[in-house]
Amino acid sequence: MDPRRVPRTVSDPKVRQVGFFAPPDRTQSGPPAPTSSSPPVSEISPSGNSLSPVMIPPPRNLSSDISRHFPPAPISPLRGGRGAADSSIPVGSYNPSEFISPTATADFSEDAVSPGWSRKGNSAKFASSLPTGGIGMAAVKQNNVPASGLATVSTVRMPKAVTEKGGATGEVQMEQQPGDSKISKEKTTKAERRALQEAQRAAKAAAKSGGSKTQAAASGVNSINANTGKVPKVTPSKKDSSSVAASEKRGGDRQPDKDRKKDVPHPRMQFDDENRVEKAKRRSVVKQTEARSRVELFRHLPQYEHGTRLPDLESRFFQLDPIHPAVYKVGVRYLAGDISGGNARCIAMLQAFQESIRDYSTPPEKSLIRDLTTKINSYVSFLIECRPLSISMGNAIRFLKTRINKLALNLSESEAKASILLDIDRFINEKIILADKVIVKHAVTKIRDGDVLLTYGSSSAVEMILLHAHELGKQFRVVIVDSRPKLEGQMLLRRLVGQGISCTYTHLNAVSYVMHEVTRVLLGASSVLSNGTVYSRVGTASVAMVAHQFRVPVLICCEAYKFHERVQLDSICSNELGDPDAIARVSGRTEINYLEGWTNSENLQLLNLIYDATPSDYVSMIITDYGMIPPTSVPVIVREYQREHLWI
Amino acid sequence: MATEIPQSRQNLDPQISLYYQTRAAHHAVVTNDWLAQAQAAVGHHPEDAVSENSSLKSAGGEESGNGFSVVNEFNNWRKQPDLAEAVAAIRALASVIRSSQATTMMELEIELKKASDSLKSWDTTSISLTAGCDLFMRYVTRTSALEYEDFNSAKSRLLERAERFGEISYKARKIIAMLSQDFIFDGCTILVHGFSRVVLEVLRTAAQNRKLFRVFCTEGRPDRTGLRLSNELAKLDVPVKLLIDSAVAYSMDEVDMVFVGADGVVESGGIINMMGTYQIALVAKSMNKPVYVAAESYKFARLYPLDQKDMVPALHPIDFGVPLPSKVEVEMSARDYTPPQYLTLLFTDLGILSPSVVSDELIQLYL
Repeated sequence: MDPRRVPRTVSDPKVRQVGFFAPPDRTQSGPPAPTSSSPPVSEISPSGNSLSPVMIPPPRNLSSDISRHFPPAPISPLRGGRGAADSSIPVGSYNPSEFISPTATADFSEDAVSPGWSRKGNSAKFASSLPTGGIGMAAVKQNNVPASGLATVSTVRMPKAVTEKGGATGEVQMEQQPGDSKISKEKTTKAERRALQEAQRAAKAAAKSGGSKTQAAASGVNSINANTGKVPKVTPSKKDSSSVAASEKRGGDRQPDKDRKKDVPHPRMQFDDENRVEKAKRRSVVKQTEARSRVELFRHLPQYEHGTRLPDLESRFFQLDPIHPAVYKVGVRYLAGDISGGNARCIAMLQAFQESIRDYSTPPEKSLIRDLTTKINSYVSFLIECRPLSISMGNAIRFLKTRINKLALNLSESEAKASILLDIDRFINEKIILADKVIVKHAVTKIRDGDVLLTYGSSSAVEMILLHAHELGKQFRVVIVDSRPKLEGQMLLRRLVGQGISCTYTHLNAVSYVMHEVTRVLLGASSVLSNGTVYSRVGTASVAMVAHQFRVPVLICCEAYKFHERVQLDSICSNELGDPDAIARVSGRTEINYLEGWTNSENLQLLNLIYDATPSDYVSMIITDYGMIPPTSVPVIVREYQREHLWI
Repeated sequence: MATEIPQSRQNLDPQISLYYQTRAAHHAVVTNDWLAQAQAAVGHHPEDAVSENSSLKSAGGEESGNGFSVVNEFNNWRKQPDLAEAVAAIRALASVIRSSQATTMMELEIELKKASDSLKSWDTTSISLTAGCDLFMRYVTRTSALEYEDFNSAKSRLLERAERFGEISYKARKIIAMLSQDFIFDGCTILVHGFSRVVLEVLRTAAQNRKLFRVFCTEGRPDRTGLRLSNELAKLDVPVKLLIDSAVAYSMDEVDMVFVGADGVVESGGIINMMGTYQIALVAKSMNKPVYVAAESYKFARLYPLDQKDMVPALHPIDFGVPLPSKVEVEMSARDYTPPQYLTLLFTDLGILSPSVVSDELIQLYL
């Protein structure tokens, strides 16, 4: 993340103090402020939700090491903190020393409900110790970093048992530091309570073993972990409802948290947060190794060594009791890349769920609704481990959970199951299959004889439109633009040529060359967001931009169930990272091996993005099953969906 | 209702727009007196179209089986230049409900649908007619009254809604005029294109409120509607200056705002209006002048043109005054499409909206 960007601190909406105030009493081991995005200014002030962002903290009488290295300049806490503490490049929180420290750099994500506080505390402490005695150590550590992602875990242990103890008792210690006011924001009081529990638990654990488990308030995400015992959800905030449902099952201590959870959108797991990644790894079903060399800017996204998961997963097929085999199969297919495309993945997932629901039977003494929801949650976590969810899948899951929740309590088990199965069938039929038919019907009215249509990659909706228009006898030709490493356009090309449509095939680098003869551009989308931004396969934005420049109308074909109320301004904050080796290799050309051994080079990182965001200015029209709408009307559709419960 | 439209018999070309021809007939340079006489002489109207329409009428009458013809009602439009075509259609449809002798809801709806189709087919190039009919159907039938057991109460509810819609549409002009008063300030210069009765109403109201402004009128070839408009404005004592169409860019500097009406407002938020509107909007945008569109809400159509040629063509004959060699082609399109990015605001009876609201309204109505 941009180090210049001050992370927005989120104050607890219920309690807000503005102006100078005395920091809360440190002596109590009160809830450490596991507030997210607290600028790591080292303030490390555990004073949870008491700080207002507008306030300039009074000079702190911090413990010596800290104050030395973190000048009280809250304006750019990041830079101030970093610059002072790090001997390495002050690249925001990504500097290696930070990375080494057990604290994660979770500050950039406002919604990363991570114990940024305590983490920072540790880092501060650790970092502060750098100059004093650890330069050599730091250097050593830095060398360790590129070696292997896993190794970082162990390096954590190196610095000192103290630190993890520090981590364990970090919160406690931090509270003892006076005066650091600062940020605050305490994202959720629930997180505080959680953190407190974790702290106490960790204190016990740390007392027993020197595990490098810096608990630090797990935050909402971990509550799900504890609940399902699976990897924390990487899913976007729309899983909030699921977490609420999940949290219902926890003990009473979760009750107050539930309300809090409803107010605040559920944060996604940020993968630059060492501790949580650690935790996630331990709980995950699929064992994956983290990629070694990762691009700084995208550290908040998960990236694993490709190919490491599959063999392991396959071998454990018969041991995975909690996962239904159908779901397992689908997960493995995702992993292998057999199923791709929003609709295909969604349908495959829903059908797998259908199978599992068919075979489901309520355990005694349990309510069907709750238990089924838990099961679905666990399946979803598993699927996330295989491959992060697409937005269409997320919406489908949300629909499914809503339907399960709405089941009348007096239904017998078989009736309830039949009802859910029917709902899923209707969803697939109405929202996907029929929706596609309606889209095709609208879109062919926009294709005239003599048109030259350009499409990018391979979208199922666009393919259907082209085939249908050809059946209707319209005369047109198609230009297919493709790109590495997936080269999805080749499949589309094969199918279209097989039907007798005249096609031109080219790669993305030639799109501006070919655009002058194009009359319409047809693109698919993985999702359309509320501000009209189209979230689609990487490269789509470039094509749309060139088309806009040439004043060629851009038509996006997207079913309405893929719309989401989220707003995204760039392609960085939320994306998916693919296998970087796919870029390094060119299939069929073994002599092109310039990038062999790229992982050994410290200066080189490969980035394989899967999605990108196209701004709404480049989009002329969106064709959905609701008709043809301008991009500004997407929030209206999203609102109508939710209001009229058009989710069947 | 499969009667082939008489247009093919009376027009040179099936695409020549009856709508625009009629408007030209109304608003070409003609005096009020002449029109009054024409109205008085209804029964002896010399135009062919009437006789065509009478055959249409009778056909429509037979089909509806009760001697009532919606097209009869609708033809009042041709005799009242002040009434908007769509409003006349809406009122005609309302009277269909009133005089319907159906005994079940289904029958009534079918009757309505037939009447609406026959009206729409009378002129397929008129967007406001189609839009008005469609919106009327949606508005009227979108009521839970249709679930009532009692047919009569349901019918009266339908009628109530229909008349309300008719009232709203009829009053739309006044509402728009009232809303737009704030935008006309003393000393401003307004550029107007085409003869829009809504815009005229706006300016008339402003003049009556004693605002001081002056108006630039484009000539509006080939119908020369601008001349008529300038005539009307002169009667209101508003300073008017006539510009030939090519002089728009030249005078744009002195202009404070551009006011146009619309034949139809499309889903993207753009408008379809008399030929020349797009040009003026382009010039205005490049010079940072606001473009305001005054359009009633029944003109919101479910169309989405991607470019100028993406609409049903509406042609009208252009008279150059001199004979042209036969090899020379003439662009006869009567209208063009202005994309939403060149429009600043829409003044409608629903309020003063930004162009992106059109789609929102349509979605809510059609959902």
